[in-house]
Amino acid sequence: MSVDLTTNFCGIELEHPVINGSGTFDAIAARRAFGEELVRSFPFSAFVSKTITIEPRDGNPPPRLWETPAGMINSIGLPNKGLKGFLEHDLPDLSLLPVPLIVSVMGTSHDEFTALVEEVGTRPEVAAMELNVSCPNVESGLIVGEQPGETRSLLEALRPITEKPLIVKLTPNVADPAAVARAGEEGGADAVSLINTLKASAIDPATLRPWLGAGSGGLSGPSVRPVALHQLRAVADAVSIPVIGMGGICNGADALAFIATGAALIAVGTENFRDPAAGSRVRREFAGELERRGIGSLSEVRGKGLPEVALNLKSRSS
Amino acid sequence: MSGNGSHRVLAPFGRRALEVADNHCSDGYRIFSLRDQDGPVPSAGQFYMLSAAAHWAQRDERPFLPRAFSVADAVEAEQGLRLDFLVDDVGPGTARLAGLEPGEQVWVNGPLGRPFSTPSDLAPGAPGAILVGGGIGVAPLAILRRQLADRGVPTRILLGFRDREHSGGLEDLFACCEVRLATEDGHAGHKGYVTDLLAVLLEGDEAGSAAVYSCGPPPMLEAVRAMCEASDVACELAMESPMACGFGACFGCAVPLAGGGYMRLCVEGPVVGGDQIETALVAGSGHG
Repeated sequence: MSVDLTTNFCGIELEHPVINGSGTFDAIAARRAFGEELVRSFPFSAFVSKTITIEPRDGNPPPRLWETPAGMINSIGLPNKGLKGFLEHDLPDLSLLPVPLIVSVMGTSHDEFTALVEEVGTRPEVAAMELNVSCPNVESGLIVGEQPGETRSLLEALRPITEKPLIVKLTPNVADPAAVARAGEEGGADAVSLINTLKASAIDPATLRPWLGAGSGGLSGPSVRPVALHQLRAVADAVSIPVIGMGGICNGADALAFIATGAALIAVGTENFRDPAAGSRVRREFAGELERRGIGSLSEVRGKGLPEVALNLKSRSS
Repeated sequence: MSGNGSHRVLAPFGRRALEVADNHCSDGYRIFSLRDQDGPVPSAGQFYMLSAAAHWAQRDERPFLPRAFSVADAVEAEQGLRLDFLVDDVGPGTARLAGLEPGEQVWVNGPLGRPFSTPSDLAPGAPGAILVGGGIGVAPLAILRRQLADRGVPTRILLGFRDREHSGGLEDLFACCEVRLATEDGHAGHKGYVTDLLAVLLEGDEAGSAAVYSCGPPPMLEAVRAMCEASDVACELAMESPMACGFGACFGCAVPLAGGGYMRLCVEGPVVGGDQIETALVAGSGHG
C-alpha cells in the first residue's frame, strides 16, 4: 500500500507535510557544505527562510548556545542581511531550491512590517510569508505575539497588502496561545505556526553569571515537545485555519503525534542541527508509521487520532 | 578527490554511521579512528561533527548535540579511509567519544568548513611553513604536516604541552618528523611555552616571510596571532567555538570579525586568517 503524503497548504501544493522551522536550516550555507546533493535531495517540501528585518543585523554577542538535557538554548539575535541584502543576495539563491519558499519577516512597527510584506510579497519567488511576532512593537512597547489585540491589528494592517498566505508564528511564552491564534485568524491570517522557543536562561558554572552573551535565550529540542503538543492541541481546537506544528520533532513517530493532534504541516527544527538530512528521515519514517497503521492519506488521521479502523486493527493484533 | 589540496572538500549530505576501527591512548590523549568507506578525503583543517550512534545522551540527558572535531589524519587503507581524531575527556560528549569501543557506530557529518591555505596562497614567496600547536590542538597540524610533506614544503614544527600526561599523540601523529618541543613542566624540550620557540624563529631572518599555521588553546592562539601581527608574518589559526550544527544552520558559532560583525566559524572557518579577527579569545569555547 502506498501512502499519499501530498497536501495542500493555503493553496500551495506540497509533496509532503515536512518543512523546516525558521532559523534552523540555512539552505545557502548548506549548499556550500554539501554541494548539489542538497538540492537533489532537498529534505523539506517548502523552505522557510531565516527571519529578515528591514535593516541588517549582526546578531547577539557570543556565547550564543548552551546545551541542555534533551535540547539547547540559543540566543542568536536574528542576524541577517536586511531586506535589501536579502532581496539582492539571498533570494536569487533561494529561488533555485526545488520547493516553494516561505520568507520569515520581523518588524518593530506596523510600518516596518508593511514595508517587508510589500517588498517580499510582490516577488514571484515567494510563495508565502511567516510573521515573526516575538518582538516588541516600538509604538506600544508590547510584544506583538503576546497580545491578541496587537496581533489582530497587525494582521488587519497587513492583510490588504498581499494576497499571498500570511502565517503567524506564535510564541509559547503566553498564558493563552489559543487567544492569540484566534486574534490572528480574525485579523486575516491564513495559518499559524507554533511553537517558537521557550524563554530560557543558563548559568555559567564557573562565574555563576548568565552564560549567554545576550543574557537569556530560547529553549528548543525534544525537551519542549510536550509543551508544543499541548499548545498545538489548544490552538488547533481554537482556529479553523491550518496550523504548522513544531517543537522537538525528531522522528516519524513525533511527526505523526503532531499531525494527529491537529497539525496541517510539521516543521523540523533543532533536529536539523544533529542531522542535516533529518527532514528526509522524518518524512520516510512518518510514511512508514502511516503505512504500518493502514492509513492511506494525511486527512485520515489529521487532528483525529487514529481512525476507528486502525484502532480495531491494533486491538486485534495485540 | 585528492587529499593533498587545500580546497574545501564537500561533505556527503546527511549524517552517516561509521564504524570505530580503533581507540587507543597515546601520551595522555585518546586517538580514535573511524572507517569511512564512502566519504571523501578531507583537506587539513576541516572538521567533522561526531556523536555516538548509541547511548549518546547519558547522565542528565546530555550530550544532546554532536561535537566538532578537527580531523588529525586521513589515511587511505584497504578497508577504506581511516579518519583519526584526538579526544580529551572534558565533558559528557568528549567522555562518551573517549570511551568508544571498536565496532561501535558513530554518526558523522563531514568533512566541513574551510581548510588551511597552502603556504604559497597564504604568504607568496614564503620559504616554508611553521606549525605551532598546543595540547590537543596539535590534531589538525598532524594532517597538515603530512599534506605539506607530500608537496615537499619545508616545514618546521613547534609543539607545546602542559606536562608528561598531556603530550598528545606525538608518537602516532608526528613520527618521522623533527619537532621542537616546549613543556610547561620541563619534562621534555624547552621549559615554558611553545610561543617562546616561535618568538626565536620569528626573530630569525629567514622567518620574515614564513607562513604560520596554528591550533591550540585560545590564549596560545591569541599569542601566536599577536606575535605574527607584530612581525608582519601571515598566519592562519584553526579555532573552536560552541557549535550545534557545523554547516551554517544554527548561527551559534559567532566569532567577532576585525572591523565589526561576526563570522560563522563553521562555514567561514574553522581556519581563519590572523588578520580577520581582533582576538582569538572567543567567549564560550572549550565546551565538552
